[in-house]
Amino acid sequence: MANTIQVDIVSAEEQIFSGEAYMVYAPAVMGEVGIAPRHTPLISPLKPGEVRLDMGDGKEEFFFISGGILEVQPHLVTVLSDTAIRADDLDEAAALEAQKRAEAALADQQSDLDIAKAKAELVAAAAQIQAIKKLKKK
Amino acid sequence: MAGGKEIKTKIASVQNTQKITAAMEMVAASKMRRAQDQMFATRPYAQRIANVVSHVASAHPEYKHPFLIDRPIKRIGLIAISTDRGLCGGLNTNMFKKALNHIGDFDDEGIEIKVVTFGTKALGFFKRIGAKVVAETSHIGDRPEIAKIIGPVQVLLGSFEKGEVDAIYLISNEFVNTMTQQPTVTQLVPVEPAPDEELKHHWDYIYEPDSKEVLDSLLERYIESLVYQGVVENVACEMAARMIAMKSATDNASDMIDELQLIYNRERQAGITQEISEIVGGAAAV
Repeated sequence: MANTIQVDIVSAEEQIFSGEAYMVYAPAVMGEVGIAPRHTPLISPLKPGEVRLDMGDGKEEFFFISGGILEVQPHLVTVLSDTAIRADDLDEAAALEAQKRAEAALADQQSDLDIAKAKAELVAAAAQIQAIKKLKKK
Repeated sequence: MAGGKEIKTKIASVQNTQKITAAMEMVAASKMRRAQDQMFATRPYAQRIANVVSHVASAHPEYKHPFLIDRPIKRIGLIAISTDRGLCGGLNTNMFKKALNHIGDFDDEGIEIKVVTFGTKALGFFKRIGAKVVAETSHIGDRPEIAKIIGPVQVLLGSFEKGEVDAIYLISNEFVNTMTQQPTVTQLVPVEPAPDEELKHHWDYIYEPDSKEVLDSLLERYIESLVYQGVVENVACEMAARMIAMKSATDNASDMIDELQLIYNRERQAGITQEISEIVGGAAAV
C-alpha cells in the first residue's frame, strides 16, 4: 500500500500495536503532531495522551500512553511508550532511595576490595561441588 | 550399624525433603514459562529502541551527547543482576565469577569500581568482597517492573554525567535455553550503537524541542531498557536453573531412599537370622 505508513507502538513490557495506517496523530511535547506517509525524519518526546491512528474507511484506533518517544522515518513510525510515570524529580527521588538502601546495607562493611580473596573463595566452592559429585558417584 | 528404627526415620525425612524439591521443581517450571513469555514480550521494545538509537547515531545532530563519546577510563561502573533467592544451582556463582574476571583486570590497573546491584545475592557478594556498592534494589519479584530499575540506573548515569565513572558495564545471565544460562558482560555507556546499513547517506532528524532534550530522554530509556531486559531475562534464568537444580535434588533423594531401603532390609534380615540362630542354639542347649 503506497499511501500508508508502518506504525509500531511498543512499551518496555509488551508490544501494543504493529500495522499500517493512513495517518498517525501523537501528543508530542510541543503540541499534537499528525504524521502522513513520507514524512521527513522527526524525533520528539511525547506527553501523556492519546495516539490516534487513521485506519482508513473512517475507522480509527486509539491508544493511551503515559509519555514516551516518537520516531518518524519516511515509511515507519515508532512510538516507544513509557510504562512508568516519569519526571526528573521522581527519577531523582528513586535514585536517592536506591543509594540509601545500598548505604544502609553496607553500614557494617569494613574490608576493602579484595578480588584475590573472593576468587579463592569461589575456587574453593567449586572444588567442594566437584568433591561432592565424586562422592556421589562412588 | 544403625538400628532399623533410625533408618526408617531417616527414610521418612528424605522422603519429606523429596516432596519439597519436587514441588519446587514444578513451581519453577510454571514460573519459568511465564518469565519466558515476559522476556519475549519485552523484545520488540528493545529492538525498536536499538533501531532508533542506531538511526540517531547515523544522523548528524549539532549536539553530541556525552553517552556517545568515548573517554579514557579511570573509573568504571558495574551493574550486576542476580537473584533474590538461592537454590538455583550455579547461576549466581557463575555470574560472580564472570564479574570477578571482568573487574579483576580493571582492579589490576588501579581503576576504581562502583557497583549497582539487583537482587540480594549480588548485594551480599559485592558487600563481602568489599566492593563499593553505590545503589541497590532487591525483591524485584517474578514480574519485574521498569519503575523499580529507574532509580539504581539513574545513580550510575548521574555519576557518568558528572565524570565520576567513565564506562558502565552490565553483567547478567543470558537465557540460552532451559539447560544453559550464560553470564555475559555488556557495555552500556559509552553507547555502542549497531551500524544501520540502510541509512548510509547524510541526513538528519527534525528534533522537537531540541536535540539535547530528545537525546537525553532517548538514551536514558535505551540504557534502562537494556537493564530491564537483563532483569527480566535473569528471572527466566533463575527459574530454569532452579527447575534443573530441584530436578537433580529430587533424583538424588530417590537414590538415597533406595540405598537406605536396602540397608534397612539387610538390617531386618540380619535381625531375623540372628533370632533364628538364637532359638536353634537355645533348643540345642536344652
